Amino acid sequence: MSDTSSTKGDSAQVGVSRYLLNHMRDYGLLFALIAIMLFFQIVTDGTLLKPVNITNLFLQNSYIIIMALGMLIVIVGGNIDLSVGSVMGFIGALSAVMIVNLDVPVAVTIPVCLFVGGLIGAAQGYWVAYWKIPSFIVTLAGMLVFRGLSLWLLEGQSVGPFPKSFQLLSTGFVPDVFGVGRPNVTALVVGGVAALAIVYMGLRKRRRNSAYGIVDEPLVVFIARNAIVSGALLFVAYKLSTFRGLPNVLVTMGVLTVIYAFVTEHTTIGRRVYALGGNEKAAKLSGIRTERLMFLTFVNMGVLAALAGLIFAARLNTATPKAGFAVELDVIAAVFIGGASMSGGVGMIVGAVVGAFIMGVMNNGMSIMGIGIDYQQVIKGLVLLAAVIFDVYNKQKQR
Amino acid sequence: MQTILEMRNITKTFPGVKALDDVNLKVANGEIHALVGENGAGKSTLMKVLSGVHADGSYEGEVHFDGQLTAFSGIGDSEALGIIIIHQELALVPLLSIAENLFLGNELAHKGIVNWPETYRRTEALLAKVGLHEPPAALVDTLGVGKQQLVEIAKALSKDVRLLILDEPTAALSESDSQVLLDLLLELKAQGVTSIIISHKLNEVRRVADTITIIRDGSTVSTLDARQQAITEEQIVRDMVGRDLSQRYPARQRIAGEMLLEVNDWNVWHPEHKTRQVIRDIDFHVRAGEVVGIAGLMGAGRTELAMSLFGHSYGQNISGSVSLRGEPLDVSTVSAAIRGGLAYVTEDRKELGLILDESIHRNITLANLRDVSSSGVINQAEEARVAEGYRQAMNIRTPSVAQRVVNLSGGNQQKVVLSKWLFTAPEVLILDEPTRGIDVGAKFEIYGIINELSAQGKGVIMISSEMPELLGMSDRIYVMNEGGFVGELSASEASQERIMSLIVTD
Repeated sequence: MSDTSSTKGDSAQVGVSRYLLNHMRDYGLLFALIAIMLFFQIVTDGTLLKPVNITNLFLQNSYIIIMALGMLIVIVGGNIDLSVGSVMGFIGALSAVMIVNLDVPVAVTIPVCLFVGGLIGAAQGYWVAYWKIPSFIVTLAGMLVFRGLSLWLLEGQSVGPFPKSFQLLSTGFVPDVFGVGRPNVTALVVGGVAALAIVYMGLRKRRRNSAYGIVDEPLVVFIARNAIVSGALLFVAYKLSTFRGLPNVLVTMGVLTVIYAFVTEHTTIGRRVYALGGNEKAAKLSGIRTERLMFLTFVNMGVLAALAGLIFAARLNTATPKAGFAVELDVIAAVFIGGASMSGGVGMIVGAVVGAFIMGVMNNGMSIMGIGIDYQQVIKGLVLLAAVIFDVYNKQKQR
Repeated sequence: MQTILEMRNITKTFPGVKALDDVNLKVANGEIHALVGENGAGKSTLMKVLSGVHADGSYEGEVHFDGQLTAFSGIGDSEALGIIIIHQELALVPLLSIAENLFLGNELAHKGIVNWPETYRRTEALLAKVGLHEPPAALVDTLGVGKQQLVEIAKALSKDVRLLILDEPTAALSESDSQVLLDLLLELKAQGVTSIIISHKLNEVRRVADTITIIRDGSTVSTLDARQQAITEEQIVRDMVGRDLSQRYPARQRIAGEMLLEVNDWNVWHPEHKTRQVIRDIDFHVRAGEVVGIAGLMGAGRTELAMSLFGHSYGQNISGSVSLRGEPLDVSTVSAAIRGGLAYVTEDRKELGLILDESIHRNITLANLRDVSSSGVINQAEEARVAEGYRQAMNIRTPSVAQRVVNLSGGNQQKVVLSKWLFTAPEVLILDEPTRGIDVGAKFEIYGIINELSAQGKGVIMISSEMPELLGMSDRIYVMNEGGFVGELSASEASQERIMSLIVTD
């Protein structure tokens, strides 16, 4: 982009760099993730992208990413949920008490826990949506309440271990259906299919947009972006296949990400959430039942926080009173790094997921380097600030 | 006459656009100078150059104030010389008192400790000057827009203003509040204050202005001296749009068809004060192809009537019956009202009508996503096609429907709102101040759209504070005052005087 002046004569070139400048935020995020990964790959002498570490990366960050999906929707709807860390801890505790202490079957516990998560979301969403109490306050209260309730449920102790069937939720791997084992062909096939699907969907969208004259990205950028994304997918799939294959959580996470991306971008309910966050009064006067919609964003968040709680408990193989402590901050940070706007109406699922990965890779990379938790916090904080400043700067420049 | 301000050969370029091209403006000391032009003609940019928002060096040309060449690097520099600009969006803090607002940033303080008795004393003096009888401790929030405007002017006076610039000061004001404001301007002129007024309301311009400068497409078109001879509105309009608008209101075949909408015994109480009745015993009807105007002063309850009809969006304890073509119509929720065939184009398009950060096509389909989706999944190709259709039909000036509406001019934004409601295929449209804050050319286009709707047999209810517009467009006019209808006039009987007399003799 620094060569704008030298290529002024070539209109196509100027088009590309102008386009990239205008969409700096979207591509910047992807480049930032790649740059951060390359950086840690080099400074950790290649440890970052070792198959075992890639697998770990997914296992460590799955619960953050799952909650970031719900948080994005809450934030796009113009609210915030500070209680997700506590709710996640509470549901972990609930599952431990049910399975370990009360011998409730896993197959019963999981749906009950998800339902309770939904109820918790509903209880908070009710006050926010129908009583117009600021979500910051309602969920701050929820954060304290459910932190306390987890302590009470666990009586201050750690409860575990869980049976094997429950642990699979998080530490299990998809068996190789092709029976090769290593390399794990299932992982390769899934990676290949996902890459193909992304390219196909991209082409379809591009064709349709050009038919309706909606300005689209230049062909060069389109090809480069798809090459990077599908290349990265194939690379990850290959790496995973040489270790233990596809982790179960990666599948859960991947499927949920695709579903939420589809819902937010292609369905009426998704569109209405953006309208709600963009201008609640206008949305209401357009016939949208804004209260109910806002309420539902919290119910959804509760269910996802519950799922995250189950996965987290299964991974640690124990429920502790400290589980989920301050996790809400990581989740919220991921969403904002991903380009969502505090005032609502703006943000994308893909952004939130990439934001969560940026946080995750930094955590992981800095831990491998042996950087103390003190510096890690400082660096993460500065990255969040830098991302938001970059956002605001871009917006001002566009004006 | 002595010249206080002279802007010479101002040219200001934004990346890709020449916003001002060799503009000249000369303002004589002690006069009221009107600056008129269509939206986007460059009036605001010119004022930003004058007030230092666009710093010296970012434009070409010279600004002389009091015979001195200026070089403002910020708004503070221009204010120091007594050039004060009052923007369309008022810059008052609603939850602070009048006195606190007047001296905000300029507090009467010694070592950081505010001298309240002195502040209140001076506030009272300033309020007396602008003719506002409110206690200095009253919160700005409790004042109407008209009075808030006066507070802004008082604030300007507190800074020893020499040149007062008002950007669309009466856009949000009722007829009577506008009169008060214009009288005040004349009064200030008598005291020697020079002012520049930017306005779309040509009758007001004619009333107060000594000189009128007309800007079109970033250039000065003409400067008319209203002291020499009377300037007609036609003259101004011609220079503004660069063509003759032989008729301000396009002609329409007036046909009143079958009975469309009937409202009976409509009663509404205030949403917060249970005992305060806002709408009383209103009966009215609209026939197919009819344009029905609702006249009234600000606060008469016109918007409240419209919003309570549209899905009970305003008020409580609503009673009365609504029917469409003789069948009872459910208007208890907005979605029911839309399904039933009502559409409401709100008065405040930015606050209530549009999602500014979203694209044109996403705004247009918002009230009727059903028609561009199946089982909850939006067909984005169909959506783009629908939006493109409206872009062409309504002549929305934009390179693409993917453009965010915040980047459009007022007139084009209004066309997006209209498109959004037309896409719901309504039978009756309620248009609340459909041409507020948009320029003459766009107004004409909006009138054309209204006529087309009427020709298609739709019923149009038009609420407007601009009397000439109501008289020019309506087949019938209901006159509203204090929550009730006080009269009904046919197009032939209606006149500004008759409407006013119905209101004042109520």
